[in-house]
Amino acid sequence: MKRTLPLVIVFCSGILLIIQHFIPSEESEFLYTYALDWIITVGVYAIMLGIWSLIRVTVNKARRDPGERFYAITTLAGFSFMVLTGWRAESLHAGSIFMTAFNYILIPIQATIFSLLAFYVASASYRAFRARSALATVLLLTAFIVMLRLIPLGPISKANNWLVGWILMVPNLAASRAIILGVGLGMIATSMKIILGIERKYLGGD
Amino acid sequence: MTTSELLLNGLAAFLTLCIFSFLYKDNPFYKFAERLVAGVSAGYWTMLLYHTSFHDKVIVPIFQQGYWWYIIPTILGIMMWTRFSKKWAWLSRISLAFYMGIATGTSIPVVMYAAIYKQLEGSMNQITTDATGINTLLMTIGLICAVSYFYFSKEHDGWFGGMSRVGIYTLMIGFGAGFGLTVMGRIALLIERIIFLRDYLLVLFGG
Amino acid sequence: MAFYDNMIDIDRRWIYLVLALAVMIPAIIPFTVPVAVTPEVNDIFQFVDTLEAGDYMFLGIDYDPSSMAELHPMCRAIMAHCFSKDINLIMCSLSQNGQGMAEQIIDEISARYNKKSGEDYCFLGYKPYFALVILTMGLNFRVTYPNDVYGVSLDEMPVMDGIRNYNDCAGVIGFESGNIADAWIAYANGRYDTPVALGVTGVMAANYYPYLQTGQLFGLMPGMKGAAEYETLFKQRLERLPEKDPSEDERMVARESMAYQTTSHIVILFFIIISNIGFFLSRKHEKKII
Repeated sequence: MKRTLPLVIVFCSGILLIIQHFIPSEESEFLYTYALDWIITVGVYAIMLGIWSLIRVTVNKARRDPGERFYAITTLAGFSFMVLTGWRAESLHAGSIFMTAFNYILIPIQATIFSLLAFYVASASYRAFRARSALATVLLLTAFIVMLRLIPLGPISKANNWLVGWILMVPNLAASRAIILGVGLGMIATSMKIILGIERKYLGGD
Repeated sequence: MTTSELLLNGLAAFLTLCIFSFLYKDNPFYKFAERLVAGVSAGYWTMLLYHTSFHDKVIVPIFQQGYWWYIIPTILGIMMWTRFSKKWAWLSRISLAFYMGIATGTSIPVVMYAAIYKQLEGSMNQITTDATGINTLLMTIGLICAVSYFYFSKEHDGWFGGMSRVGIYTLMIGFGAGFGLTVMGRIALLIERIIFLRDYLLVLFGG
Repeated sequence: MAFYDNMIDIDRRWIYLVLALAVMIPAIIPFTVPVAVTPEVNDIFQFVDTLEAGDYMFLGIDYDPSSMAELHPMCRAIMAHCFSKDINLIMCSLSQNGQGMAEQIIDEISARYNKKSGEDYCFLGYKPYFALVILTMGLNFRVTYPNDVYGVSLDEMPVMDGIRNYNDCAGVIGFESGNIADAWIAYANGRYDTPVALGVTGVMAANYYPYLQTGQLFGLMPGMKGAAEYETLFKQRLERLPEKDPSEDERMVARESMAYQTTSHIVILFFIIISNIGFFLSRKHEKKII
C-alpha cells in the first residue's frame, strides 16, 4: 500500500492528463483546470519544506561549528529581517523596506556573484582555446568569428555579421536541433517510465 | 539622489566590492555577503510565496470564499511535511505522486509536439537550387550526422563512422557559436556592475 | 623558461586585471559603436510596432538579478515601446526573483508614460511551477491569478474586462534566463498556438535558433546585443515621431554597454591569439628537439 498507492495515483493521473490533451471537452477541461490549479497549491507546501530545510541546516551549522557561527547568524538575520518586513501585503509594493532590501542587498550581491564569471570565462578562453586538433580548431574558429562580431572593423564587420548569421542559422541550428530531439525523446521516455511505474526513484526509500 | 538613496547605493556598492574581493582570494567580506544573500533570498521567497500563493490559493478560497474543496490540495500539501517523520513519511509520496502524474501527463503531448514533431517538420523543407535550398541541404546533412553521433547501438566505423565524424564537427561549430555568445553574456554581467559603480562614484564626487 | 612558455602560462590574476582595465576604458572615455540589426530582433520590433492602440501584449518577466544585465534593457525597451503606442500589457513573473525585477521596470516605465495599474496594464506577479502556470493561463488568467500582485481582483479591472487568456493577446514576449523559455515554447505556443518571442541571455541564445526556423518563435533577442539592437530600432522610431516621446531623452543602457563589450572582447581575443601563438611556438620547439 505504501508504494503501490502512489504508483497507481501516478499512473491514473498521468494517463488521464494525456487523454485530456487529445479529447478536449467541457468535462475534461474542468478536470484539467482543477488538476493544474490544485497541484500549484500542493507545490507551495513543498517549497516551504525546502525553505524550512535551509533554516534547519543553518541553525545546526551555527550550533556545531564556531567558525561558521557568525556567517550562519548572518544568514538567519537576513532571513528574519525579510520575514519581519515582508509580513504585510503592502510590502511587495515598490518603496517598502522589504523591496528596498531586495533592491539594495539581494540584487547587487546576486548580480556581482554572477559577474565574476566574466573573469573566469576570459581565463578559460585563454587556457582552453588552443588549436590542439582539427576539432578544437573548428570550435576555436567558430567562437572567434562569433566574438569578432562585437568589434567594429568597418567592411569586415559586414561580412562577419553575415557569416555569424549563417553559422547560427545553419550549422548551429543542425547541432542545436540534434540536441533538442535527443532531450525531447529523453524527456518523453522518462515521463513514460514514471507513469508506467518503471522509474520509482523519486519516491525515495522505504 | 537623496541622502537615503545615496546611503543605500553605498551599501549596494560595498556589497558589490565584497563579492569582487573573491577574485583575489576567499575572505570574510566575501563570505559575509554570500551568506547574507542566502538568508535574504530565502526570506524574500518565503514572503513572496505567502502573499502570492498561500494567501491566494489557501486562505482566500477556504476562509473567505468558502470553497471547501480547496481543503483537498491543502491536505495533500500538508502531507508533504510528513517527510520529517520516519513513521508517516510514506504519506508524502501520495502528494508527490499527484504532482508527478500531472506534471508528466501534461508534458508528454506538448514535448512530443514542440520538441519532436515541429523540429522534424522544420527539417523537411524542399531543397531548391538557390542559397536557401543549399542551406537547407547543409542543415539537413548536419542534423542527420549530428543525430548519428548520438546513436551508440551501432559501432562508429565505415560509412557510419564518417557520418558521425561530420556530426561531431557540426556539434563543435554549434558549441563554438554557443561559447562565443556565452562570453558576450558573461561580460555583460560585469559591465552592468561596472556601470553601477561608475554612476555611483559620479554621483558621490559630483562628476 | 622561453618567452613562448610565458605566453601560454600567464597567471590568471593578470588576465583578471587586464580584463578589468579593459572594461573600465569606456567608463572613463565614453564612445559608441555601431549596432547592426539582425532579422530576428527586427521581427519582434515590427510585430510590436504594427499593433494598434488598445491591443494587448503579454510579457513574461522571468529572470533573476543574475541576468538582469542582459534582460533588463530589453524588457525596458519593449515595455516603453508598448506604452508609447498605448498597447495594454498583461505581465507575470515565473521566477521567484522576477517579481522584484519586474516591479523595478514597471515602476519606472509606467511613471514615464503615466500608465495606471488596472487601467493600462495588469501585473499578475509570481506563482510557482512555471509550466503549470503557463498552461493554466492558456485556459483563463483567473484560474491561477484571481487577483493581481496588488490584491485587486482581475474581474474588477477595466483593463482585464473581456480578457480571458492568451487568445485575447496579440502575442507573448518572454524575457528568460532559464528553462522557463522552453515552457513558453512548448506550452504557450505548442498547446495554445500563441505567437511567442523570447529575449534570452547570451548563454542560452544559440539553442533557440531551431525554434525560430520552425516558426515556434516569431523573434529572438540574444543577450545584450539583442537588447542593443532593439534599443536602436526603438530610438530610430522615436526620432521619426512628430511629437516628443517621454523615452526620447532616456538612457539606452544596452547600446551604451556595447562599447564595453568591444573593449573586453578585444582583450579576450588578444589573449586567445597570444595563447595559440605560444602553443604553436612551443610545439615547433618540441618537434625540433625530437
